[in-house]
Amino acid sequence: MVDVAHFSIPYFQYLNEQGQPVVALPDFVKDNQTLFSLYRLMTLLRVFDARAIALQRTGMLGTYPSVLGQEAVSVGLGAAMHLDDVLCPAYREGGAQIQRGVTLSDILLYWGGDERGNVFGHPNDFPMAVPIGSQTLHAVGVACAFQYRKQARVAVAVCGDGATSQGDFYEALNLAGVRNLPVVFIVANNQWAISVPRGRQTRCQTLAQKAIAAGFAGWQIDGNDVIAVKEKCAEAIEKARTGGGPTLIEALTYRLGDHTTADDASRYRSKEEVAQAQAKEPLKRLRHYLTERGEWSEEKEQLLLAECAKDVEEAVEAYKQVSPVTTDMMFDFHFATLPADLAEQKHLAAQFPVGDAHA
Amino acid sequence: MPEITLLEAVNQALAYEMQRDENVIVLGEDVGTNGGVFRATQGLLQKFGAERVWDTPLAESMIAGMSIGMASQGLKPVAEFQFMGFSYPGLDQIINHAARLRNRTRGRLSCPVVFRTPYGAGIHAPEHHSESTEAIYAHTPGLRVVIPSSPARAYGLLLAAIRDPDPVIFLEPTRLYRLVKQNVPDEGEALPLDQCFVLREGSDVTLVSWGAMLHETMNVARALDQEGISCEVIDVATIKPLDRDTLLNSVEKTGRCVIIHEAPLTAGMGAEIAAILAEQALFFLQAPIVRVAGYDVTVPYFKLEKAYLPSEARIKEAVLTVLQ
Ligand SMILES: Cc1ncc(C[n+]2csc(CCOP(=O)(O)OP(=O)(O)O)c2C)c(N)n1
Ligand SMILES: [Mg+2]
Repeated sequence: MVDVAHFSIPYFQYLNEQGQPVVALPDFVKDNQTLFSLYRLMTLLRVFDARAIALQRTGMLGTYPSVLGQEAVSVGLGAAMHLDDVLCPAYREGGAQIQRGVTLSDILLYWGGDERGNVFGHPNDFPMAVPIGSQTLHAVGVACAFQYRKQARVAVAVCGDGATSQGDFYEALNLAGVRNLPVVFIVANNQWAISVPRGRQTRCQTLAQKAIAAGFAGWQIDGNDVIAVKEKCAEAIEKARTGGGPTLIEALTYRLGDHTTADDASRYRSKEEVAQAQAKEPLKRLRHYLTERGEWSEEKEQLLLAECAKDVEEAVEAYKQVSPVTTDMMFDFHFATLPADLAEQKHLAAQFPVGDAHA
Repeated sequence: MPEITLLEAVNQALAYEMQRDENVIVLGEDVGTNGGVFRATQGLLQKFGAERVWDTPLAESMIAGMSIGMASQGLKPVAEFQFMGFSYPGLDQIINHAARLRNRTRGRLSCPVVFRTPYGAGIHAPEHHSESTEAIYAHTPGLRVVIPSSPARAYGLLLAAIRDPDPVIFLEPTRLYRLVKQNVPDEGEALPLDQCFVLREGSDVTLVSWGAMLHETMNVARALDQEGISCEVIDVATIKPLDRDTLLNSVEKTGRCVIIHEAPLTAGMGAEIAAILAEQALFFLQAPIVRVAGYDVTVPYFKLEKAYLPSEARIKEAVLTVLQ
């Protein structure tokens, strides 16, 4: 018998569910402005999320995937990345995207059925990936480009717990390991892949340990503790940037809402389970911590909520003001130069225009 | 200047473009030290080093997906699938991402990748090594599908494919890899994509084909010439998008057309070409269009592969039928 690997998966948490520090806090926590900014982004995302769901209900958006309860993962990640790094997100990473040149109205535009929502203010970031797990391979490819050009840049892929069952996920980890790529994988483990619970995806005790088989480290973090997310993402990203290779971070969180507006989660999970998860949600604990520190008050909270609501309404307005689509748009971007046969079809389609279809 | 095979022409084009453009990276299974199972990438590792020629892990979805990531940042990956029958794990990435990255980002990102793969039957290979499923790729919006049929066209078209700003599926007919030799000047001269090549001018009938089947098609054309029948032979070369003008002009001139491909008949590219001719040149046609294609069966293991591949006899009979 050959003993090849013994492993343990480290788990990182700074603030517990009550917002109490459980270990010495990282340095950045000393700075109030940094904490305010993280709290503000999470609040903005939450207000936006509710508004987006309402827009879907009135036919102004197509299917929309809520991020309720998972705000800390993408907000903390976004705060840890450099702008010239590249993000390859799934569809619940708005909190990172809005720190990288994507506007809330871009996100609305996208879920409103318009590819122009992917023409956002970041030159290299990928748009959200819909085929589950596929973006992990784009991230390793991006990391290959950085490594080849000897650039100190990092690619970050985010996927869900369900995605870790995909071949693409394993293939991406494998390549990241074998080429020691500057890439970080974030698994937002929200416990559910639509109706399939985490326990039915894999018999592995953790998702993080999948990295061990690919030859690099996997960590678990409390994905509802934005301090842990920012700190450990930054550590992994800086490790990757300085030649230390890939890391897999499993961020433990919970999807408090339905999978999307087309889903009804009460069909497959209990109220008790959701209530338990609710107690661990990310905003409350940071608010408690800030309040304990004497830096937060009900008045500040109300001011912030009003400010976020205003930002969101502005985004909704901007979304409504977007110019109508034209049939040309579905032809013009398949190739750098439009082939003759497509030019003919484009002409044909223009003769049969239909109005903008919402939802 | 020595004459070279189609395989050597592929190698020559890769080396030329790697020399010219340091964004070009060759990657795939066994492409490095071994120079590829057919030797298409032979010598590239020695010449350009492991920085530019990557032996990847054995995973085709990964090969496709990583290439997309690389290309999104401005590299020009030339990725090899070892055989067409093994490109399918990569289909998801190619169809869902490579083919639509430009469109779904409205041009913010693009995907200048070449996916090369040996293709077609006729070399006594194991099961799954003889596929010609080009229609799957041709049916996918956002892809170019290019198939060379001679060393010179392999060289010129591969250069064009690498320089093209969008994804190209480049299918190399294994049966032709070492069949003929040609003088191919290594001057970096690309051939146009999206254009047919008229290999032989004629007035009685148009024979349309691509890839390895042009070998038999040209033999038939030469033989029929002896019998006083003048065949025009067209190499479609880029099967998507199609150069309809060349096809239409020829058929308007000859009034008759036989389409030859080794891929299965049903929903093959022959059907598309026949439909275009029926839609746009019906009144020039003096006889129904005939397709000579592979049967709608799994490519048989090699004892029967000759029976599967359209033979010169089948092509000749089809030509005589449309001439009646
Ligand atoms: C390849 C693929 N298969 C199936 C689907 C349909 N689908 C959309 S989301 C989803 C569940 C994803 O779960 P997870 O990875 O945990 O992410 P989460 O939605 O929980 O954030 C499924 C099955 C898809 N989009 N892509
Ligand atoms: Mg999930």
